[in-house]
Amino acid sequence: MALLDIGRLSISFGGLRAVDDFNVKIEKGQLYGLIGPNGAGKTTVFNLLTGVYKPNSGKILLDGKDITGKRTIDINREGIARTFQNIRLFKDLTVLDNVKAGLHNHYPYSTLAGILRLPVYRRREREMDARAMELLRVFDLDAQAGLKASNLPYGKQRKLEIARALATQPKLLLLDEPAAGMNPNETAELMETIRFVRREFDMTILLIEHDMHLVAGICEELTVLDFGQIIAQGETGKVLRDPEVIKAYLGEG
Amino acid sequence: MSFISYFINGLSLGSVYALIALGYTMVYGIAKMLNFAHGDVIMVGCYVVFVTVINLHLPVPVGILLSILICTALGVTVERVAYKPLRGASSLAVLITAIGVSYLLQNIALLIFGANMKTFTSVVSIPPLKLAGGRLNITGEALVTVASCVVIMVGLTAFIKKSKAGQAMLAVSEDKGAAQLMGINVNGTIALTFAIGSALAAVAGILLCSTYPSLTPYTGAMPGIKAFVAAVFGGIGSIPGAFVGGLLLGVIENLSKAYISSQMADAIVFAVLIIVLLVKPTGILGRQIHEKV
Amino acid sequence: MDKDNWDKDNMDKDNRDKDNMDKDNMDKDNRDKGNMDKDRKDHLGNNTFRSGLITYGLVVGLYVVMQVLMRLGAVPSLIQGMLVPLCMYVVLAVSLNLTVGILGELSLGHAGFMCVGAFASAVFSLTLVDSPMPAPVRFALAILVGALAAALFGMVVGIPVLRLRGDYLAIVTLAFGEIVKNVINVVYLGFDSGGFHISLKNSASLHLAEGGRVFINGAQGLKGTPQDSGFTAGFILVMLTLAIVLNLVHSRSGRAIMAIRDNRIAAESIGINVTKYKLMAFTISAALAGTAGALYSHNFNPLAATPKNFGYNQSIMILVFVVLGGIGNIRGSVIAALVLTLLPELLRGLSDYRMLIYAIILIVMMIFNWSPSLVAWRERYLPRNLFGGGAHDGKGA
Repeated sequence: MALLDIGRLSISFGGLRAVDDFNVKIEKGQLYGLIGPNGAGKTTVFNLLTGVYKPNSGKILLDGKDITGKRTIDINREGIARTFQNIRLFKDLTVLDNVKAGLHNHYPYSTLAGILRLPVYRRREREMDARAMELLRVFDLDAQAGLKASNLPYGKQRKLEIARALATQPKLLLLDEPAAGMNPNETAELMETIRFVRREFDMTILLIEHDMHLVAGICEELTVLDFGQIIAQGETGKVLRDPEVIKAYLGEG
Repeated sequence: MSFISYFINGLSLGSVYALIALGYTMVYGIAKMLNFAHGDVIMVGCYVVFVTVINLHLPVPVGILLSILICTALGVTVERVAYKPLRGASSLAVLITAIGVSYLLQNIALLIFGANMKTFTSVVSIPPLKLAGGRLNITGEALVTVASCVVIMVGLTAFIKKSKAGQAMLAVSEDKGAAQLMGINVNGTIALTFAIGSALAAVAGILLCSTYPSLTPYTGAMPGIKAFVAAVFGGIGSIPGAFVGGLLLGVIENLSKAYISSQMADAIVFAVLIIVLLVKPTGILGRQIHEKV
Repeated sequence: MDKDNWDKDNMDKDNRDKDNMDKDNMDKDNRDKGNMDKDRKDHLGNNTFRSGLITYGLVVGLYVVMQVLMRLGAVPSLIQGMLVPLCMYVVLAVSLNLTVGILGELSLGHAGFMCVGAFASAVFSLTLVDSPMPAPVRFALAILVGALAAALFGMVVGIPVLRLRGDYLAIVTLAFGEIVKNVINVVYLGFDSGGFHISLKNSASLHLAEGGRVFINGAQGLKGTPQDSGFTAGFILVMLTLAIVLNLVHSRSGRAIMAIRDNRIAAESIGINVTKYKLMAFTISAALAGTAGALYSHNFNPLAATPKNFGYNQSIMILVFVVLGGIGNIRGSVIAALVLTLLPELLRGLSDYRMLIYAIILIVMMIFNWSPSLVAWRERYLPRNLFGGGAHDGKGA
C-alpha cells in the first residue's frame, strides 16, 4: 500500500481550477518530486495536503487513512509535516525553541504543571532539550541553538525549518522549494542533507523544486503540473525528457 | 411622527459618521492602517472654527475654509512624520503609534483650550423645515448635514472613478509595489488620501458640532471610534460601504437612544460592531481576501 | 486586507536575509564559538532563571525598602496612598503584556476586564461582610472571584474575537470594554434573604425584602466594600502575577503562544492548536486584570464605573506602560508602571504636560524601535543589545 494516495483531487478559486484531477501514489521511503512552471498549482497541492485549503473533490489517503478535509493540526498529528516556500520560522524564538515547538505534541505536560513548575515540567523540558539538540546536531545547527532564529543565515534558516518539521515525527515530509534562493554550493549541501534525512529518519519526502539539477539528482519519480493539470508522471529521467514537459518549461521562458 | 423625527436625526448623525468613515476607509484601503487619530482631526477642525468664527468674528465661510485647510495640512503632516517611517512595520506598531498621535492631539488641545466645554455656535443659518402641519420639524443642520454628505459622496466617487489621481489611489490600494512599478507616485498618493480624509473630517466635525454644540478636547474620540465601526459595518475599504454603514449606524444609535435607553446606546452601537464582525467580518459591501500561504 | 500586514515576513525577508548573510560571513567563527558556552547555559534555563530572579528581586527589594521606610515614618502620606494603585498598575501592565507582547495581539479593553473583576469581587465581599470569615481570607477569595469572573468574560469575548486579526481585534476589545462600562452603569443589584435581585431600571424595582441591601446602585455604583486591600496584599499579587506570567512564558504552552505570535500558519503546520493557546493567553491575561480590579475595589469607596477608572483611556494608559517598558519585556512593564505612575505625582508641576509627554515618547519610541529603515540602520551601526528592548523580545523577562 502506498504511504500517500491522492485520488482525483480538485480545487477551484472563483472560476479558476487551480488543481484539477490530481492523482499521485507515493510509496514509503520514496523521494518524490513535484515540478512545474510558476503558478502551475504545486503549492496549492501542498496546501490541500496540509489542510490549509479544503478540496472541492477528491480523496487523500495517508497510510490508508482518509485525511481529506481535516484541519491542519490534525493532519500534522496524522503524520504530514511541511516547510514553506517563503521561510516561516518563529523568528523571535531561539533556534532551540523553534525545534522544541515542533516537539510540542510529543512531550506533553499541562499548562498548570508549567506554571507551578512541577517535576513533570522539569523532566519533560529536559527530554525536549535533549531531543531538540539531537536534531540540531543532525543539521549542524547545534552551535547556534541559543541564537534568535531570524539571526540565522538564509541557508541555515531553511535547514532549521526542516529540523522543526522533523521534530513533529512525520511519516511524510513536504518540502516547498527548499533550494530557493540558494547558491550552487548551498544547493549541493542541501541535496546531501535531504538524502541524509531520508536515510537517517527513514523518511518519505515529497518536494517541490525549480532547481532541475537538484530534482534530477535526488528524486526517483516526478509529477509535472501545468495549469493545475498533470502533464507527465513517472520515473525522473523519462519525465525530464518528455517533450510535453520541455515545452511547458520553455514556453514559460 | 416622533419615529420619523428620530429617524431623520439618525440620518443626520449617520451622515457625519459616513463622512468620518470615508477617511478611515480610504486610509485603510490605501495605507492598510487604522488611523486611530482620525477622530481627533474632527476636534481640531471644530476648534479652528470656534477660534476663527466665535473668537475672531471672521465670516463663517472663511472659518470653514481655514478649518479644512488646517486639518488637511495636519493630516498630511501626521502621515509624513509619524506613519511614513513605519510603512512596512507590523500593524501593531502602526496602531500604537496612531494611538499616540491621538493622545498627542487631545493633549495639545487640552493645554491650549483647557478641559472646559466650549459652546459651539451652529454655522448653519437655514430655518427648520416644518412638515405635516408643524408636527414634524427638521432642523436646518440636519438638512445641511445630509445634503453635504450626499454631495461629497457623489463627488468623491466621481473623483476616484474619473480622475487620474483617483485611479492612482485604486491602484495603490490594490498593490503598492505594482503601482510603483507603473510609475505611480505612491507616497504622493498616500499623502493625498490623508489630505482628502482629513478635509472630510473637518467638514464632519463642523457639522457635528453645529448639531451637538459642545466642544472639548475629547469631542472627536467617540465619533471617531463609532465612525470606524461604521466603516467596518459597511465593509472597510469600500466607499459606498462607508456611506451605508454610517447612515445605518446613526439611525441605530438614535433609535436606541429613543426607544431603549440613552445610556445603552453606545453599548448597542458597539454590540452591532461585534455582531457584524462575527457574522460577516468583511462588512456589508466588503470583499473577501484570502491569506496567501 | 490583512494578508500581508500582520505577518509580513515576505516583505522584508529579502533584505534581512542579505544582511544576515554578510554579517554571517564576517563574524561567523567568532560568534559560533562564543555562543557555544552561552547556549549550553541558555537551553538549560540558567539564563532565563537569572533574568526572572532579577525581576522578582526588584519587586521584593522595593517592598522591603518601602516597609522599612514606613516603619521609620519616612514615607509621605501621598506616597503611602499610592502603594496599592502602584501594585495594581504593575499587575495590569504585566498581564496586558501577556496579550500584547507574548501573544502579539493588541487589546484595548483591558480596563473592561479589570472592571468586571472589581465589581464581581466587591459584590462577593459585600455578601460576606457580616459573616464571621476573617478579612484576609475573605479578600483572598474575593480576588479569586474577581479573577474567575474576568476569566469567564475573557473567554466569552475571546472565543469569537480571537478569530479576528490585528486592527479588528483591537477595536473589538475596545468596544467590549466600553460595553462592560456602559452596562454596569445601568445595572441595579440587590441582595436579601431570597438571594440576588437584578434590574436595569432602578433600585425600587429590585423589590427587596425587609433588610435587603442594594449592592450596585446603577451609575452611582457600589458602596461599603470592606477596605481589605493593602500594600502587602498588593505585593503578593504582583509576585503571583509575575510567577504566573514568567513561568507560563518559559513553559511548553508559552512556547506555543509565542510560536503563534511569530507565525500562525507555521504553528498550525506543526500541530499547535492555535485557538486553544490564543484563548489561554487571553483568558489568563483577563483573569489577572480581574485580580487588579479586586485590589482596586477593596481600596476605593464608592466604586463606580467611570470613564476615568475603567474607560478606554485607562486601557490606553496600561498599553502605554507596556509599550514604554518594551513590548514582550515583563520586567520593563514592571518598571514602566512604577515610574510612570509615580513620576507625575512627584513632579506635580509637570502634571499638565504629563499626557503630552507620554504621547510624544510613545510615538518616538514606536518609530525608533519599529521603523524598518531605522531598525536596519541600527543593526548596521550600533552594537547589538543596546537598543534591543523595543521589538518583540520573546523571552525577555
